[in-house]
Amino acid sequence: MDTVMKVGIGTPLSRVDGLEKVTGRAKYAAEYEVPDMLHGVAVPSAIARGRIAAIDDRAARQVPGVVEVLTHENRPREAWLDRSWKDELKIPGEPFRALGDDRVLFAGQPVALVLAESFEAARHAASLLDIRYEEEAHNIDFQVSLAEKFEPSKKRSSFHPPKNRGDAEAAFAEAPLKLEGEYHLATEHHNPMEMHATTLHWHGDGKITVYDKTQGPQGVQAYLASAFGFSKSDVRVVNAYVGGAFGSGLRPQWQVQLATLAAKHMQRSVRVVMTRQQMFTHVHRPECRMSVRLGADVEGRLTSVICDATTSTSRFEDNMEDIVIWGMMNYASPNAAGSYSIAPRDTYTSADMRAPGAATGMTLFEIAMDEMAYKAGVDPLEFRLLNYSEVDAMNGTPFTSKALREAYREGAARFGWDRRSPEPRSMREGRELVGWGVATGMWDAMFSKTSASAKLSANGHLEVACATSDIGTGTYTVLTLVAADTLGLPPEQITARLGDSSLPTAPVEGGSWAAASSGAAVQLACQSVAKKLLRAADKVEGRPLNGAHSLDDVVFEGGRMLLKSDPTRSVGIVQAMQAAELPVIEEEETASGGISGMVSQMLKSRNTHSAIFCEVRVDEELGQVRVTRIVNAVAAGRIINPKTARSQILGGVVMGMGMALHEETLADRKLGRWMNHNLAEYHVPAHADVEQIDVIFVDEPDPEVTPLGVKGVGEIGIIGTAAAIANAIFHATGKRIRSLPITIDKLID
Amino acid sequence: MTHHTSPKAGTAHASAAPMASMGASLTINGTPHQLLIEPWTTLLDLLREQLGLTGTKKGCDHGQCGACTVLLDGRRINSCLKLAVSLDGSEVTTVEGLGQAGRLHPLQAAFIEHDAFQCGYCTPGQICSAAGLIAEGHARSREEVREQMSGNLCRCGAYTNIADAVLEVLEKGDAR
Ligand code: FES
Ligand code: FES
Repeated sequence: MDTVMKVGIGTPLSRVDGLEKVTGRAKYAAEYEVPDMLHGVAVPSAIARGRIAAIDDRAARQVPGVVEVLTHENRPREAWLDRSWKDELKIPGEPFRALGDDRVLFAGQPVALVLAESFEAARHAASLLDIRYEEEAHNIDFQVSLAEKFEPSKKRSSFHPPKNRGDAEAAFAEAPLKLEGEYHLATEHHNPMEMHATTLHWHGDGKITVYDKTQGPQGVQAYLASAFGFSKSDVRVVNAYVGGAFGSGLRPQWQVQLATLAAKHMQRSVRVVMTRQQMFTHVHRPECRMSVRLGADVEGRLTSVICDATTSTSRFEDNMEDIVIWGMMNYASPNAAGSYSIAPRDTYTSADMRAPGAATGMTLFEIAMDEMAYKAGVDPLEFRLLNYSEVDAMNGTPFTSKALREAYREGAARFGWDRRSPEPRSMREGRELVGWGVATGMWDAMFSKTSASAKLSANGHLEVACATSDIGTGTYTVLTLVAADTLGLPPEQITARLGDSSLPTAPVEGGSWAAASSGAAVQLACQSVAKKLLRAADKVEGRPLNGAHSLDDVVFEGGRMLLKSDPTRSVGIVQAMQAAELPVIEEEETASGGISGMVSQMLKSRNTHSAIFCEVRVDEELGQVRVTRIVNAVAAGRIINPKTARSQILGGVVMGMGMALHEETLADRKLGRWMNHNLAEYHVPAHADVEQIDVIFVDEPDPEVTPLGVKGVGEIGIIGTAAAIANAIFHATGKRIRSLPITIDKLID
Repeated sequence: MTHHTSPKAGTAHASAAPMASMGASLTINGTPHQLLIEPWTTLLDLLREQLGLTGTKKGCDHGQCGACTVLLDGRRINSCLKLAVSLDGSEVTTVEGLGQAGRLHPLQAAFIEHDAFQCGYCTPGQICSAAGLIAEGHARSREEVREQMSGNLCRCGAYTNIADAVLEVLEKGDAR
């Protein structure tokens, strides 16, 4: 390899786990072979709310191969005392306990687990349980639940209450231009392609290894220890590969509870895999209603922003999201106000799904912004620039960086926005109306304290390790690149290990903080290794690096340390370790914001931004919408791996298309169940739906935001995308749809 | 109000009878297997639970997602919808049989090159499906590839990259 072509931060590197994935060797939670394992199949409750009166399991037990039917009556009890059931997210309320008692809190709640020697026997026997319920009145209809909405006194710790400024009501009343609208987003289910699953290996000596579909192996480890009475050191949780999650793996799911209960009860290894139908019986993106009122002067300058929103939660926990703050932060209105409440219904607790809060609140707000642009008679992109805020308008703090202007400009140029004809229904091709829309995205750039280790062997092989997770996010590859960058080694000589609770401490993977946080930790660990190497180089005969006192005096490249002042003088990494008789160098470091970081957090806002441009074609006779072109220009600081980062944005955009056009979990009010609980009736975008998507990463150097200057790209791709599509549909058809998804019925008069 | 869920009428009795296994011979990734299979076992569960071939994925078990796509006598099928006993004498190719490290199938190599996956869970199904699609010989354009790959969902949204990868192999014409 030419040493000039150093592989490191910024190199578009193919996924280092790619080979495992394309050959089928990558193992997911349900795929680990453990000896003497039972298969557990959960039996869902037929009612939405009430009590289990009686369970007759005689027929089920007669099925050959069935060894036990676990219910609230016979599950192990010792684990259910006053232990903490709180997971890492600490949602206020009473966490769900599978088979905890005879209460039914939501339809599909697991009320029994059939354990058998084969999956087929367990599945069949699960259909034979005869369960009697005492049913109570229930409601899963969001519109009905609004009558019970409230502002919880105990807030979720991640919640940011809206900060009002000026007198928004008065300004709105006086505004010459007014917009008032009610916007809605349907309930959505995460539906990662891999269903939630746990394979629990019961070792028989008090130790368990839990292969679990989760975004946080150490979170699950701590949870199983505190809820089921294990000592933490006896529990190892592995999630080396995760078949998508998008937030569904942030909290331990009920399959891991059932597998653990069953394993304790049977003293045997157990696997529990949810069915696709059961994937609709836990977390989901909350349904949302938001009313937006915007006031503007005659030129279109916003004078008032008022957002009031309610999202759904369960009756047993108070899940909250940041819905109303996005428009308040992003636009320079002197007056702004927001209010937020939640409404309980008889479902499982709603939860974080890709860009929780912003994907909903910013998207709905951006539809309102589009409406106001038309009211003001200003081009929708111009309108956003007119109300551009250089600072975080809600918190009054400057940004560490905000290259949104550049994102607008580069996105518009790539899209050809200047050729847009302003009037709705003014563009047509063949039998289709053509529409162009724009929207803005905004997300937090977060950082979480994370540790990592780096272990360099004398043969020049480096292993970096961290208990973070790669749920498709490209973290294996990102950490490999950071290590390659720091120690100047080719990626083939580097192994990244993650997805294992026994590795150095990391928080649950989510919120787009993993790359910035685990990347910084890996860099620190590699720098510590580098320092030792530099000292080891002193032992090399002739001391070629004489004069190098610190890492600043050398560069690491092509497996060598080169003196900056005279690159002809260098020492090989392997050479140095041999000279110093070091078989291995191993270091562990922790990246944390520290005190200065916390102060700077308060003084400055840290956010990613995006500008999304969209073209749709609408066949009015059929009501069919095609999203033919999307340009998403993203300002997300430094991009470690442009190849996998681009894929993250593509994935967010595709999920945004689902939000705009397809995804909607429909409530059966009478039965209290989700009606379309399968992939044939809950539509996620398919190949045929996705045409052309262009991703631009705008240059945004930001050494301040996080140690590596990285802001994260996991969520920003979805935020605002559905608004750009909705706005393009308005431009095409003249029909303003304020309720997502925009299904065919809403477009046909 | 009481609510009563009855077990499926008439099945409780029959269920007590053991599932008598039946013999079937299948060639899987080129290796002949003589198998005793319970009649209620799908090809997907046979592969994953009994033969250790977990490359083939389960995403729905109902023929709705394509994650379980394998090649049956060269044609792509959803293995969750096939009862294994019914396949006596058939040849099955899974992602493991398409190619392994050092001798990757062109589609596998193209998927890596185009970053045509993220979590990787739909990937074996996408690759097998694409191999089937190329063998069918109907898809020529990007639009046709998209249409004819639509039985394979990807929740990570890697579709544009998958289309790039499949088209590259299709155009080069070097798929085995
Ligand atoms: S698992 Fe067979 S189609 Fe989904
Ligand atoms: S790569 Fe994750 S579902 Fe396709």
